[in-house]
Amino acid sequence: MHELSIVLSIIDEIEEESEARDLHDVEVVHLKVGVFSGVDPNALLFAWELACEGTPFERSRLDIEIVPLVIHCAVCHQDRRPLSLYQLCCPECETPSETIVTGRELEVVSLEVTA
Amino acid sequence: MSTRIVEVRAKVMKQNDLLARELRKRFEDAGVNVVGLVSSPGSGKTAFLEKLLSGLARDFRVAALVGDLATENDAARLKRATPNVRQITTGTICHLDAQMIERALDGWELDDLDFLFIENVGNLVCPSSYDLGEELRFVLLSATEGEDKPLKYPTIFNSSDVAIITKMDMAEAADFDLAAARRNIESVRPGMQMFEVSAKTGSGMGQVFQFLRDRLAHSRETGTALQIETTQ
Repeated sequence: MHELSIVLSIIDEIEEESEARDLHDVEVVHLKVGVFSGVDPNALLFAWELACEGTPFERSRLDIEIVPLVIHCAVCHQDRRPLSLYQLCCPECETPSETIVTGRELEVVSLEVTA
Repeated sequence: MSTRIVEVRAKVMKQNDLLARELRKRFEDAGVNVVGLVSSPGSGKTAFLEKLLSGLARDFRVAALVGDLATENDAARLKRATPNVRQITTGTICHLDAQMIERALDGWELDDLDFLFIENVGNLVCPSSYDLGEELRFVLLSATEGEDKPLKYPTIFNSSDVAIITKMDMAEAADFDLAAARRNIESVRPGMQMFEVSAKTGSGMGQVFQFLRDRLAHSRETGTALQIETTQ
C-alpha cells in the first residue's frame, strides 16, 4: 500500500497552493484518479484521514472522481472503453491497442474553499 | 457560508516526476543505460540480475542499485558479480522513488558506467506509480507464479517495456502454460517484448544480453553519449 505516500504528496501540493494563493479553510479537495493509475481510491480515503490529523486540512474532505480506461482504436479511429483492465483491445473490432487516452490520471483538480 | 472553487490541475506525482526527468537527463548525458526491474517477491529478480551483471561485466561497466525493506543480503550477493552495487533499504516503504535513487547515486561517476540496473522492492502494485528515470522497465514473471499474473496486475505490466519470464527450468514441474502467459502479457500490453529465461541454467540469457547490447549501441548512435569515448 503506497497510498499513504501518495496522500503525503497531495498534502504537499495543496499546502503549496494554499500558501501561494493565500487560501484558508479548504473544505474539499477534488482529485481525479484513473483506474489504471495503480492507486486505490478507498485506500486513498483511508490514508487521507490518517495523514490530515493535526494539519490545516484536518476537516477537509477528499472527493475522488474515477476516470475510466479509454484506449484509441486505430482501426475504428475511435476512442473506446475496453471491456476490462486486462484486455487492452477495442470492444467493437477486438484490435489490440497500446494507446491509452485516459485512465492513468492522478491529479489534484481543484480546491473548494470557504469564500 | 458560501464556497468557491479554485482550479489547481496539478499532477500528484509532480515532485517525483520532475526529479525522475532530471535523473533521466543525467543518465542520458552520461551515456548510461538504466534498466528498472520490478516483480513480485520471490520471482527471481536478484538471481536474474546476478546473471545479467556477471554476463555483461565481461564487456561493459555495470552497476546496480537494489531496493528492499530490510537487509543488505541482495547487495552482498550481487557484489560477487561487480563491486558497483548499493543497497537501498526502504524501511517500511513498499517501493523506490526518484529521491531514493538520487541519494543512492551520490558519489558515483555515471560517466564511468554503461549499464545501471535498479532492482525495485518486490511488489507488483506500488512501484508502477513511481518513475525512477530509468530508460526501460523490465517486469519479471516467474514460471512458478502462474500464467495469470499479468491479468491480475495489469497496471505494472502495462507500465513496463519488457516482460521477462523467469525460472523456465521449473516450468514443467509447475505445469506452467507458456502460451497462455504470453497471451496474457499481450492482452495487457499489446506488442510487449518478451524473453524466457532461466537464471539457473542460463537458458535465454543470451537473447537478453543481445537485446541490451543493441539498445546501448542504438542509444549511443542516436544520443549524446558518444562524448564518453573522448573523455576516457
